[in-house]
Amino acid sequence: MRNPLSQKITQIQPSGIRKFFDVVSEMPDAISLGVGEPDFDTPWHIRDEGIYSLEKGRTFYTSNAGLKELKIEIANYLRRKGNASYDPNREIMVTVGGSEAIDIALRAMLDPGDEVLIPQPSYVSYLPCTTLADGVPVLIELKEENEFRLTRQELLDAVTERTKVLVLPFPNNPTGAIMEREDLESIAEVVKKKDLFVISDEIYAELSYRGDHVSIASLPGMKERTILINGFSKAYAMTGWRLGYACAPPEILEQMLKIHQYAIMCAPTTSQYAAVEALKNGDEDVKMMRTAYNQRRRYLMNAFREMGLKCFEPYGAFYVFPCIKEFGMTSEEFANRFLAEEKVAVVPGTAFGDCGEGYIRISYAYSLEELKTALAKLSAFVGRLREERKK
Amino acid sequence: MMREEILTFIEKNSRADLKELAIILGTDEVTIANELAQMEKERVICGYHTLIDWDKTTMEKVTALIEVRVTPQRGEGFDKIAERIYKYPEVTSVYLISGPYDLMVILEGKSLRDVSMFVADKLSTLDQVVGTATHFILKKYKDHGTVMGQIKTDERMVITP
Repeated sequence: MRNPLSQKITQIQPSGIRKFFDVVSEMPDAISLGVGEPDFDTPWHIRDEGIYSLEKGRTFYTSNAGLKELKIEIANYLRRKGNASYDPNREIMVTVGGSEAIDIALRAMLDPGDEVLIPQPSYVSYLPCTTLADGVPVLIELKEENEFRLTRQELLDAVTERTKVLVLPFPNNPTGAIMEREDLESIAEVVKKKDLFVISDEIYAELSYRGDHVSIASLPGMKERTILINGFSKAYAMTGWRLGYACAPPEILEQMLKIHQYAIMCAPTTSQYAAVEALKNGDEDVKMMRTAYNQRRRYLMNAFREMGLKCFEPYGAFYVFPCIKEFGMTSEEFANRFLAEEKVAVVPGTAFGDCGEGYIRISYAYSLEELKTALAKLSAFVGRLREERKK
Repeated sequence: MMREEILTFIEKNSRADLKELAIILGTDEVTIANELAQMEKERVICGYHTLIDWDKTTMEKVTALIEVRVTPQRGEGFDKIAERIYKYPEVTSVYLISGPYDLMVILEGKSLRDVSMFVADKLSTLDQVVGTATHFILKKYKDHGTVMGQIKTDERMVITP
């Protein structure tokens, strides 16, 4: 039989997380700190609107770009958050999670050989999606000493004549890093000078703990160069509803919409009705969840200080990214041993790029009680490793 | 601002100690201690209680909601009669309410008879009380924002990107 597979797909590595997931799944009594989604349920009033839409029999396709009402609410929301002003008819589309938006944005913009700058450590999908779109991924290794922010110099060093797109994943999964206005301004300057486009993945925008999140699209001259991606998963604890959106200049959005139209048709209708409610009446829920995450973040940072574990202070998302280099083992070894000896699962930093070596990702999408239990185990483990090192 | 943050947190976690509160709220223990003491003094914080589902214990308890219609008194309004009612230790709550009745009284007793006798002997016989309607609580589903007896299990996949 002929090989049924394309070379392109077989050359793509399966996600490093997958391998670890299989190990953890074998341990039913393990405590996990490895989850990348909120621990809260979707607020009831939002679920209720989803249920109501089903009761009303709203079980048909929506238009390709999404419900008009939802697109208007997205535009209102972005304006309310100090973002650029978007035309709901021509500049906003609703997608199946932020993930779809990342994929179709890359596919709409890349020709074979076009280079895409991907800062790492970062979410696992930018690199394979770039490859699938025939682009060439060019990695930028973010540094802990810069609090894992992208600097102007790092960007300049990576740009070539073939560079077309910069992926800007902030607030960042897995590091929790944010980019503040001044950071973005220096990046925007290079982007304009070098005539690049930005895919700004702002899925964690609502989870910023030092001032409000600033989007690069809101800076002068940047709206026309930016595909802003956001969604409902993290802010409203709606991961399973699979709903996100992209905002982009009409000429780009039109092409993205073409892919979406043929590959997807439209985002889930029930989710879209629920999302309208989220944007209209969900601000208080977001605030409540943000406050809770922030409290846990402070608790974790303090616990790391107490156990002498080096960790830069992250101000976004719901992850901390402590450094484990002092123990002289790889991230994977650390994670495996921690799991075997204390039955606590964390994700090795290398799952998010090679430069995540020496770090682990700890999620705080868990209750304080759960975090306390897990941290006590981490403290014991770390203490034991230090004893071993002394010998 | 700090006050509201403290209150919102301890309303659900009154057992958190000073150290933990200081860490979680991003301040120091002295600030927390002072705020708590001040709020206790001002009666913003009126107590630290425990939410118990007595149905799961061997303790016999009957709770009733009693709507009470009263004649307010000149110069005293409802306050005097409310006080007369809340002095009874078996009364756990008294609220002034809108609608056809004036006061909502929550009462705890050992048995149905206990509660009924209290209403007949003590409440209804008060001069200003012109009518009562007693509702026995049959089952408590949710109290103080907490669903009774529900243990939430984490259904998320253990590792996700």
